[in-house]
Amino acid sequence: MAITQSVVDMVVDRTAGRRVASVQLQVGKLAGVVADAMRFCFELATSGTVLEGARLEIEETPGRAACRACRDEFDVADLVLLCPCGSADVRIVAGRELLVTSVQMVEEPCA
Amino acid sequence: MCLTCGCGDEENIRVTTLDPRAAEDGPSGPADHGHGHAHGHGHGHGHDHPDGHTHDHDAVGPDGLGEAAHTETLVLSERILAKNDRLAEHNRNWLRERNIPAVNLMSSPGSGKTSLLERTIAELTGTREVCVIEGDQETLFDAERIRTAGARAVQVNTGAGCHLDAPMVRDAIGALAPSEGSLLFIENVGNLVCPALFDVGEQVKVVVISVTEGDDKPLKYPHMFTAADLVVVNKTDLLPYVDFDIAKLHQQARSLKPDVEIIALSVRHGDNLDAWYAWLHAL
Repeated sequence: MAITQSVVDMVVDRTAGRRVASVQLQVGKLAGVVADAMRFCFELATSGTVLEGARLEIEETPGRAACRACRDEFDVADLVLLCPCGSADVRIVAGRELLVTSVQMVEEPCA
Repeated sequence: MCLTCGCGDEENIRVTTLDPRAAEDGPSGPADHGHGHAHGHGHGHGHDHPDGHTHDHDAVGPDGLGEAAHTETLVLSERILAKNDRLAEHNRNWLRERNIPAVNLMSSPGSGKTSLLERTIAELTGTREVCVIEGDQETLFDAERIRTAGARAVQVNTGAGCHLDAPMVRDAIGALAPSEGSLLFIENVGNLVCPALFDVGEQVKVVVISVTEGDDKPLKYPHMFTAADLVVVNKTDLLPYVDFDIAKLHQQARSLKPDVEIIALSVRHGDNLDAWYAWLHAL
């Protein structure tokens, strides 16, 4: 809920009172946040704000890691980082994203 | 991310100072005057389409908005926790400038965080001032225990919240006013999930686990153990009575973070506390 509230706070802060039609997020599979939980919280968190009724679109990005031993890059489903070559000297290169990528605001007539 | 506890209900957060001295000093903590506008992206109201705005004149009928409407896209590409993380960095700088190492202590409820602090305060009395920020949903119990042990403490009650965040810690530091060169412990709300995601401006993160909880905690709560700089295994005096394999705990914790330090100790019996004090001393 606190994470979803942070999304709402940021969007309210940046949209200067404009009505928001939709919000796009990028949530990595290794970020520690459950996308379905955010969807559940979104309606509650947006109630009474310019985001009320807005769509929440979440792009879930897969985990990728790079091995320092064999220099290979591979998919990771969880935080147990072990390269197929057997090395544990591995760093995460993708999957920890927790971003608001864009917002669609309802356009007002040009003055 | 918790659905049941509804963490983040700001109206219920209370900061209580248990040391009269700190209250008289007034808040001198890391006041942040930016209030989340640090980026200064002034998106003009005059419709001049600064970078990041694109128009989409295809009629889009967003759900719930009733009618087809033109929309304008604002590209943000900003981290969701950016505001918390900015404030955490602000806290970290404030503490660093005053040479105050801050230790974020995290664990399940009942692992012995407060007992470890009581014993640590007793040990360090006379050598280094210790201050404690206590996080719990309700009650002043822990802050009172810390004060009785001889250190200054503020209690942050998070109400429905299940973790401390950077604004709470900023307010608590302001109320506590730790002196230069002191050691600050931030005892997080007992929870192995949400506290892992929230930087509060600490220098190091310590996860405490007790042998009664099971040796498979690292893989059950990987985000917490990936974030840890040190894992303290407490209640080793109970090892003869429980099925807890310390080697398995080591293996699991290191599969998540190969260079994590692990100290097994017993607060109650005092076993191996020297390793903990040496670790603190090196901060």
